[in-house]
Amino acid sequence: MNRVRQTWVGLALVGIVACAAAQAPWVNHVSGQEQAKKNPFAKQADAIAAGSRLFSDHCAKCHGPDALGRKKRPSLRTPEVQGAADGEIFWLLKNGNLRHGMPSWSSLPEPSRWQIIAYVKSLGEYPPSH
Amino acid sequence: MTRVLAICFFLWFIAVVNSAAQEPPYFVTYSHDLEEPGNLEMAVKSAQGTPKYGNPFISETLELEYGAKGWWTTEVYLAGQHTSNDSTIFTGFRWENRFRLLLREHFINPVLYVEYENTNQGDRSLLEVVGHDSISDLLVTNAQGRSTTQREMELKLILSSNTHGWNISENFISEKNMVEDVPWEFGYALGVSRPLALAASARPCVFCRENFSAGVELYGGLGDLEGFGLKATSHYAGPTIGFDIPHGPTVSFSPNFGLNDNSVGVIYRFKVSYELQQILGHLHREAK
Repeated sequence: MNRVRQTWVGLALVGIVACAAAQAPWVNHVSGQEQAKKNPFAKQADAIAAGSRLFSDHCAKCHGPDALGRKKRPSLRTPEVQGAADGEIFWLLKNGNLRHGMPSWSSLPEPSRWQIIAYVKSLGEYPPSH
Repeated sequence: MTRVLAICFFLWFIAVVNSAAQEPPYFVTYSHDLEEPGNLEMAVKSAQGTPKYGNPFISETLELEYGAKGWWTTEVYLAGQHTSNDSTIFTGFRWENRFRLLLREHFINPVLYVEYENTNQGDRSLLEVVGHDSISDLLVTNAQGRSTTQREMELKLILSSNTHGWNISENFISEKNMVEDVPWEFGYALGVSRPLALAASARPCVFCRENFSAGVELYGGLGDLEGFGLKATSHYAGPTIGFDIPHGPTVSFSPNFGLNDNSVGVIYRFKVSYELQQILGHLHREAK
């Protein structure tokens, strides 16, 4: 009987830990290797222009055409996003944050995702920090 | 008044229509790409074929797909068909739900598909092949087909991967008729596709390679619980191509070639889909 109880307590603890892990901010799930990824298109004018078109097609409806967010959807021009590593944003585009409404964009090819990141980073913070 | 309403609807439609997400151009196979939360995709799918010793038919299916959650897409189908030298009939509806089982992207991403079908035997949409489906099912007249309604539950395990621009999807299908005492039926669908260009071009363009994707689909039946296997059922394979018109619909086309005598020689499939973005976006949770 004790063994059954211990099993249930163990399962409950695993469940609680799993729920807590799932509720943690998405950035906590990004591995060091993912975080260290560099954008091959960073600051390239053509990539920024292409990223602008992709952003308009896929992202603007939620995040706004100026990336300042809309209703419940967050701004992408906050210090947190603008200061995030390219690899962190790439991880988010690949995996999404499905519990909170951010879809996975893994169906977009990797170069296209990097182009979006190049564009978002080119926008800078708003309001400007200095 | 009606005209004002029609104009308002048209303006709203133009405002919300946008290019579809870059989905693989499959007709039968499902990938793990779900509809974005709050988006509604409307699609019209047609399948045209001429079964041996039968009349040519064209089936039309209206598909309404809604992203309920990031991990859940729900979809309703309304289907009908026209058969030459016979008639045009409504063949029934389907309600399907797809649930993403793992919330992060992995090398293989499983999705559970659950569908309720209420269709009659006149259905020619061929959205899947299961059991011992064969060309003889397409020879019944519309009057005969309408007289028998099938209520079926369909389960699919969708396994799908996105890697280096390629999508590779495998579907394992099982279907059970809930009215008649017949065994579980099985089927499969496989698809591979890739956009023709992986990076977008800097200038706006319509016919540039990134707006096209191409692939191959293979699908067919696997018999039933009493006779599992590739025999005594139909199989199809064919190339498929999709074109995302910028700020417009996505158009897809695929000729599916029958691979054995139980199959129709060629089924021509055509699909037009529009994505209406964030029509109920205010209902969704705040993103973080």
